[in-house]
Amino acid sequence: MQSASRIGRRFDKLKKEGRAGLITFVTAGDPDLATSAEILHGLPAAGADLIELGMPFSDPMADGPAIQASSLRALKSGMRLKKTLTLVADFRREDVETPVVLMGYYNPIYVYGVDRFVADAVKSGVDGLIVVDLPPEEVDELWQPARAAGIDFIFLTAPTSDDKRLPKIVARATGFIYYVSIIGITGTRSASIADVKKAVQRIRKHTRLPIGVGFGIRTPEQAAEIAAVADAAVVGSALVDIVAGGLDANGKPKPGLAGRVLDRVAALAEGVRRARVKVA
Amino acid sequence: MPLILEVEKAYAVAKADPDFWDDFHRHMKHYVGRPSPLYLAQRLTTHFGGAKIYFKRDELNHTGAHKINNTIGQILLARRMGKTRVIAETGAGQHGVATATVCALFGIPCVVYMGETDIERQAPNVFRMKLLGAEVRPVTAGTGTLKDAMNEALRDWVANVDDTFYIIGTVAGPHPYPAMVRDFQAVIGNEVRAQIMEAEGRLPDTLVACIGGGSNAMGLFHPFLDDEEVRIIGVEAAGLGIKTGKHCASLTAGAPGVLHGNRTYLLQTDDGQIIDGHSISAGLDYPGIGPEHSWLSDLGRVEYVSITDKEALDAFQLCTRMEGIIPALEPAHALAHVAKIAGDVAEGHLLVMNMCGRGDKDVFAVARHLGIELKT
Repeated sequence: MQSASRIGRRFDKLKKEGRAGLITFVTAGDPDLATSAEILHGLPAAGADLIELGMPFSDPMADGPAIQASSLRALKSGMRLKKTLTLVADFRREDVETPVVLMGYYNPIYVYGVDRFVADAVKSGVDGLIVVDLPPEEVDELWQPARAAGIDFIFLTAPTSDDKRLPKIVARATGFIYYVSIIGITGTRSASIADVKKAVQRIRKHTRLPIGVGFGIRTPEQAAEIAAVADAAVVGSALVDIVAGGLDANGKPKPGLAGRVLDRVAALAEGVRRARVKVA
Repeated sequence: MPLILEVEKAYAVAKADPDFWDDFHRHMKHYVGRPSPLYLAQRLTTHFGGAKIYFKRDELNHTGAHKINNTIGQILLARRMGKTRVIAETGAGQHGVATATVCALFGIPCVVYMGETDIERQAPNVFRMKLLGAEVRPVTAGTGTLKDAMNEALRDWVANVDDTFYIIGTVAGPHPYPAMVRDFQAVIGNEVRAQIMEAEGRLPDTLVACIGGGSNAMGLFHPFLDDEEVRIIGVEAAGLGIKTGKHCASLTAGAPGVLHGNRTYLLQTDDGQIIDGHSISAGLDYPGIGPEHSWLSDLGRVEYVSITDKEALDAFQLCTRMEGIIPALEPAHALAHVAKIAGDVAEGHLLVMNMCGRGDKDVFAVARHLGIELKT
């Protein structure tokens, strides 16, 4: 059966190829709009199967230092939600296959206006949303219009999401499930692979959706390990750190920054493809 | 999320347990020193020439402010839940001190997150917390102020959910905090009800309290919300003036939004980015306001007004000279509004203002604003 959404189609394709996917996270407008656009446009060729794009927010309370800093860099460079949507629209003119998921916090969306945001997101070619501070209990005012417009809604699950909590989460989840393999904030400690495997099996009992596992993956080897037990490996802080390390004293990107990020993505993609996992 | 549900469940059980409240009130009486007096400010009453002005003297509480009412309540809950570590956020340091105090009282390790900017501005409170055995962790993220300290405390909490209880300092944050903090602070209003009945044989005509996040105000207001004849006024910080943009008046000049798990009025840009407030009083500069205040404002039950730095500074000096009470700069905002309205009402009009904190902590800041340099 052909999946209706771009995200569904992408996971179908991965399944056919018998491998897991690589999901990359970068923040829109980090360190500036031009560099961010260059990275975004290069991601599919570098091997990203699905793109998560951070919507910058002044108070990213679920994120660790790396992504906090990237959010603030983006805001300082003048990034706004409207520009993030335009960035996706520009990308969409070149690439109609690679899913783009916007990830961020609710307040900028709320202030933009939920209906207007959903309409503009669809127009720009956004495929999914992750809104970190909207738990399933509070999500309906955005979830309903987003779903009605065909946008997938992805939720985070954590080791603390027990068997009582998971059904509430998966009931609203579409596209894929994002499993945060460590307790806490993004980009800090990485989990043991045995724990991740067990957790993925536990989540599978509750849903048939693909499962992406993230937080703490830095090397192609770690990406390969995750790819062996999940449907996709998510890499964020490791890429954002390359951006942070590629700035001059004035915070401007040094030449070749986008290329260095894309080189790392290519290496991680190679790791994921090497894992060659048969998805159950 | 599960961590908040755990607090919600535990608080629902505690709230229905008379033993919990016995314990709470025992600490209120013997440790905090409650009930705090309801004091008729006679000279100010004469000076303003109108309303009879009563101060609810919560500045006489142990640690010098209303904050301790809440931290006692929450630490008793933390103990019931078997938590062995406490974290808190603080802006001016008052809530941090109140939390460090109850952690010392019960021998529980305490980490207080405080913005780096605030640490510089509030050195005496930082030292006080350290003396009490708390670890003060500087927060450099964002703008290094109260909202960033709250973000950092939330990050700590999700990473240490098993053993840690997060004591939030005001009627904001995710449910059940706004309701729980209100319930603990309602001791203020409940006492006022009994005390004014004893002193005057009737309910007050007007209540006034200052608002940052809004916990002292909610504590005073809540027991009177159903008494429609009682006029209720919350006073926000207008800083250098609403028009300058340098203020902390979330209700007067903010817009609806969602932050820290509550939907309320926020200081923010038109792109939904949160901005820092400004006030002479560090305790009022939270960029949001408790969601119940937003609701009461929308309903029209409570009036919300604002007072500038300069008006608060004048009221601070007036109160000190006429009543021999050095108020904190926060309730000085409330008093500045009292000064505006007291003369307009008939004699015998009963006005109760919450004197929610004492001003020792502010003498250096006040001296600076008056152009006097104190040697430290």
